Amino acid sequence: MSKRLLLAAAALLLAGCAREQRNFREATPSNATGEGVQMSEIAPGHTAERIPNANPYEDSAYSVSEGKRLYEMYNCVGCHAHGGGGIGPPLLDAKWIYGSEPQNVFDTIVEGRPNGMPSFRGKIPESQIWEIVAYVRSMSGQLPKDVSPGREDHMYSKRPEASTPKEHPPQTNVPEGQKQK
Amino acid sequence: MRRHGPFLTMALYLGLLLLAGCHGNQAALNSKGIQAARIERLWWLMFSIILGVYVIVLAWAGTAVFRARTHRSENEIPPQVDPIADQRMTRVVGVAIGATVVLIFVMLTSSVVTGHAIANLASKNPVTIDVIGHQWWWEVHYEATQADQTVITANEIHIPVGQPVVIKTASQDVIHSFWAPNLHGKRDLIPGYQNALWIEADEEGTFRGQCAEFCGHQHAHMGFFVVAESPEKFQAWLAHQVSTPPPPSDPIAKHGEEVFLSHPCVMCHTIRGSGAGAKLGPDLTHIASRMTIAAATLPNTRGNLAGWILDSQSIKPGNKMPPNPLKSDDLNALLTYLETLQ
Repeated sequence: MSKRLLLAAAALLLAGCAREQRNFREATPSNATGEGVQMSEIAPGHTAERIPNANPYEDSAYSVSEGKRLYEMYNCVGCHAHGGGGIGPPLLDAKWIYGSEPQNVFDTIVEGRPNGMPSFRGKIPESQIWEIVAYVRSMSGQLPKDVSPGREDHMYSKRPEASTPKEHPPQTNVPEGQKQK
Repeated sequence: MRRHGPFLTMALYLGLLLLAGCHGNQAALNSKGIQAARIERLWWLMFSIILGVYVIVLAWAGTAVFRARTHRSENEIPPQVDPIADQRMTRVVGVAIGATVVLIFVMLTSSVVTGHAIANLASKNPVTIDVIGHQWWWEVHYEATQADQTVITANEIHIPVGQPVVIKTASQDVIHSFWAPNLHGKRDLIPGYQNALWIEADEEGTFRGQCAEFCGHQHAHMGFFVVAESPEKFQAWLAHQVSTPPPPSDPIAKHGEEVFLSHPCVMCHTIRGSGAGAKLGPDLTHIASRMTIAAATLPNTRGNLAGWILDSQSIKPGNKMPPNPLKSDDLNALLTYLETLQ
């Protein structure tokens, strides 16, 4: 009996492997980046309710750490610093001007936003944008702790994402169709 | 004994075959530089001592086995001790211990002396090259007194024959190790710490090197080439690498430049003169002049380059370059443009 229990427990451990799974061949056409991004609340004809996209990369610790690497490589740090903000708004807190859902952050990166956020359309492959989105959300504790990065690769500038308390951003300024119910 | 004959012969031939592996390119027993020559001499010294010891020990063991079978009287109980033979054995063991100490001392001393001799080459004005390790390629800088004269290239290190070269090593991510066995031993590339090693090539040639410290998925495909050439040819190469390539004149190449600047390429690579100045991936200013792409993994041909751009993950899974599905016209133009970057 206890042997069976042990086996079952061992099998349960296997479920943890998905967290570290690495998919290297994410073929995404760069010229199709951001297709279907909706910037306005009004649309011609019948407005279908938009179901917010779940970020496929938010369950993978590897993808989030890749997002963290790319966040620095593509110079997001240049304006947002390590989350504290500077030229751009901070990303650590509960105030999200254009919404805190993965799709909102994705749209912001692809389309850019007024007053300084550049559009990265076509410049960053879609899979990498989703990885950056996952990392950006981990900065305010929106991701599970076992997925968020637990340490820095260099000098600590802030608390590691995995031990950041979760912020609760209010659903402000989110286009009607994209609000989470 | 006869039965074992063919096996012994085969083992010997196999051993010789293994030795043959030490002699091509990227081989420590094919030294092309003064330091590698010292290392090779040390290797042969140690090899001959160890071989001698091995043969003597095996012969001794064999004799013991053989004699135990013939002199059955020794197996009597209680064992008969012959005082003269006993004394003789004491002397033999004493000599063996003495010889062991001396041999170990010889190997230790020659190792220290070799290490000291190859540590640096006295030179007031060496060629100074910075080699920076990345997962999984090598960034190469040729230092110059003026910043705009610095040459930046990747995975291919040109050096003048007969001149001491100092290589300063650093790393961007994890520990790598620089190893061109035809020229020198290994030297680690450590993040946040600068190491250095001196090399000097005795003759012209292209010597392959390899990362010698496990550094992740594509460690095995992290190679480079050291091209040793005459000082005149080296200076000409350096002068060419400093130059900025002319802007493309051909309309297809011109379109290729636009493709490069409007796609993810521009986020990571530099092409001087084009406006692309990112430093995450290898500098492509003179990519067409290089022999290989992907850190000595593929010959630098149009087809390989196309495959690499479209889906590098099928060639070196895990490398940091994302797939770039381009339209065929765009890809063709991009390749034409890259080929102009001689």
